[in-house]
Amino acid sequence: MIEGIGVFDILVVSTAMFFIGIYGFLVRKNLITILMSVELVLNAVNINFVVFNKYLYPDLLQGYMFSLFAIGIAAAEAAVAIAIILNVYRQMKGIDVEHVDTMKY
Amino acid sequence: MPTELFSTTVWIPIALLLAFAVVGLFGHKMKPVVAGGISTAAILLAMVISYSTAYFYFFSDGLVEGKYVMLVPFLHEWLRFTDTLSIDMGILLDPISVMMMVVVTTVSSMVHIYSFGYMKGEKGFQRYFAFLSLFSFAMMGLVLAVNLFQMYIFWELVGVSSFLLIGFYYQKPAAVAASKKAFIVTRFADLGFLLGILLLSYFTRTFDFPTLMDPGGTAISSMAGLSFMGVSTLTWALVLIFMGGAGKSAMFPLHIWLPDAMEGPTPVSALIHAATMVVAGVYLVARLFGLYAMGAPGALEVVAFIGAFTSLFAAVIAVTQTDIKRILAFSTMSQIGYMMLALGVSGYGGEEGLGFTASMFHLFTHAMFKALLFLGAGAIIHAVHSNNMGDMGGLRKYLPVTHIMFLIAALAISGIPPFAGFFSKDEILAAAWANNQLYFWTEWFVAGLTAFYMFRLYFSVFWGANRTYEHQPHEAPASMLFALVFLGLASAVVGFIPFSAFVTADGVPFQTHMHLNIAIPSVAIGIVGIAIAAWMYMRPGTVADRLATAMPGLYKLSLKKFYIDELYLWVTHTIIFKGISAPIAWFDRHVVDGSMNGIAWVTAQVAEKTKKMQSGQLQHYGYAMVLGAVAFVLLLLYWGAR
Repeated sequence: MIEGIGVFDILVVSTAMFFIGIYGFLVRKNLITILMSVELVLNAVNINFVVFNKYLYPDLLQGYMFSLFAIGIAAAEAAVAIAIILNVYRQMKGIDVEHVDTMKY
Repeated sequence: MPTELFSTTVWIPIALLLAFAVVGLFGHKMKPVVAGGISTAAILLAMVISYSTAYFYFFSDGLVEGKYVMLVPFLHEWLRFTDTLSIDMGILLDPISVMMMVVVTTVSSMVHIYSFGYMKGEKGFQRYFAFLSLFSFAMMGLVLAVNLFQMYIFWELVGVSSFLLIGFYYQKPAAVAASKKAFIVTRFADLGFLLGILLLSYFTRTFDFPTLMDPGGTAISSMAGLSFMGVSTLTWALVLIFMGGAGKSAMFPLHIWLPDAMEGPTPVSALIHAATMVVAGVYLVARLFGLYAMGAPGALEVVAFIGAFTSLFAAVIAVTQTDIKRILAFSTMSQIGYMMLALGVSGYGGEEGLGFTASMFHLFTHAMFKALLFLGAGAIIHAVHSNNMGDMGGLRKYLPVTHIMFLIAALAISGIPPFAGFFSKDEILAAAWANNQLYFWTEWFVAGLTAFYMFRLYFSVFWGANRTYEHQPHEAPASMLFALVFLGLASAVVGFIPFSAFVTADGVPFQTHMHLNIAIPSVAIGIVGIAIAAWMYMRPGTVADRLATAMPGLYKLSLKKFYIDELYLWVTHTIIFKGISAPIAWFDRHVVDGSMNGIAWVTAQVAEKTKKMQSGQLQHYGYAMVLGAVAFVLLLLYWGAR
């Protein structure tokens, strides 16, 4: 649909973004970076929503609405996450995820 | 219309309940005299209404075609369960309820007035008067009850107010223990009463006294032919109901609470534990007398036997007690035994029904002279500040009015003419003679014992050794003397009321006459009893001590009240607590609680072992989540491919 770019290429990009996000979430130790990875995962999903909506049901709007919704939620979630990270920083003198284990039991 | 004329009686319970509510809720903000005044005004109003009701009932409107009828001037449906089962609240007037109205309001009014002097300056004066009003309300409700269920409700209410008043000095451990004992023992007896009510009403389909007592009604025939363990069901029901009455009236073996109840203030003992509440059991049997007499003579034999035994038993104990209030308590048990015996030996109607009349007559006269004895004892205690007879002696010089009034009461209870007790006791003995001579001779002997222990008390307190008192004993204040003199006059003259013209088993008046063959021996043994007491106690001497050492076994048995309290303690502690309750408690603690605790322990142990799985590392959980998701996807692919 978009000039010169096929649906397969777009899905390759979104899949790559998704697994880059998963990878970052699992291996990076900095909480800010982990948050960024989570944003990557979310946006990969948003791309999928838009693409499938466009190619499969062009006369419907659910996919667009869903991705807008996910973007809004992501913004709110980022605000909450950063607030938590700030508090973690005050408590732990750092934002290394390995040090945040005092609430296990 | 007589019903309209008597509708004022509904104001008696209402006024007393209002007095209780006002004094109970706001009494602590009032001056003591105001609070006492409200209660006293209510009971005086009740007394005036009772007297006018009695006048109109007995002299104009109650007698219809030569028979005193049951009138129901007020009836209100209170609870309706189904179309056939509903419970009413109402007022029933018949000879015995009108007579009881007069007794209760008279004694209660005198006790209210007396209490102004006796309880003066006492902490909780307002509370005391609130409870007195509650008691008077409950007692009037009981007396005027129109059905068994209403009677049962007020029966429990008098039990509660008795509990509250025995425990009035709630900082005194003995008073607290006594109030608990009274409540538990009477409550246990009331279990029998409740079972009896249920049994009776299940078969007769009614609670109402007029229906139950209707001579042409179906109450007895509806239970005909039913029996349990060889005894007819009606007899079972009536014996169970009598069990409730025996508990309230302190009949053997449910009597143990009454002597301890003397821990309450003395006017309370006079009102509740001498004149009114303890005769509720007699009243209950009299109330259902038609059923007892016509349907279950076996139950009446039980009543007669228990009454006779208790009267002898209590009189023997009273001989050796030294606490003046306890002597009077045992004397009360003994006299109530007389009343029960008289009911038990009575027939239904005419000369046969002499016992019923005699019982009610004795209830009436006993209320007057026993209240007087207790109030006199209160005046003595007020003067000497002790209950113990050993601390008293020679008081006739200090308490002249109390002395005379106490003497009148003692002569009345000893059955010396012309005082009230002579007439009623004579009728009881005549009724016993007509039924069973063994009962007659027992009661004749008890009459002698009664005279002896009463005059032992009288001589020890008012004569005997002249003591020097730390504080000069002083005569009681005017309010107390007024009540004493009023009841003294009543004790002297009420015996002349021709009772059989008013109160009979079937409502038909009849004439009684003096039974000289009964009266002469009964007066003779009374005089013998007094003479022995005078010989032993009028002057300080050693006769009594020598007699006690001559018969150590009997003396000890009597002094220790035949060890009945110890027997109860042994049964409750050794058999019930140690034998039954302790194993049950062990089972509960170790088996029931143990299984619950075991489940909790296993859960805790499993959690302890598995909590190491939780590292607290966010990214470990992330790995688990991702691997799980991957595994799910692989599984789906695997199944999807098939």
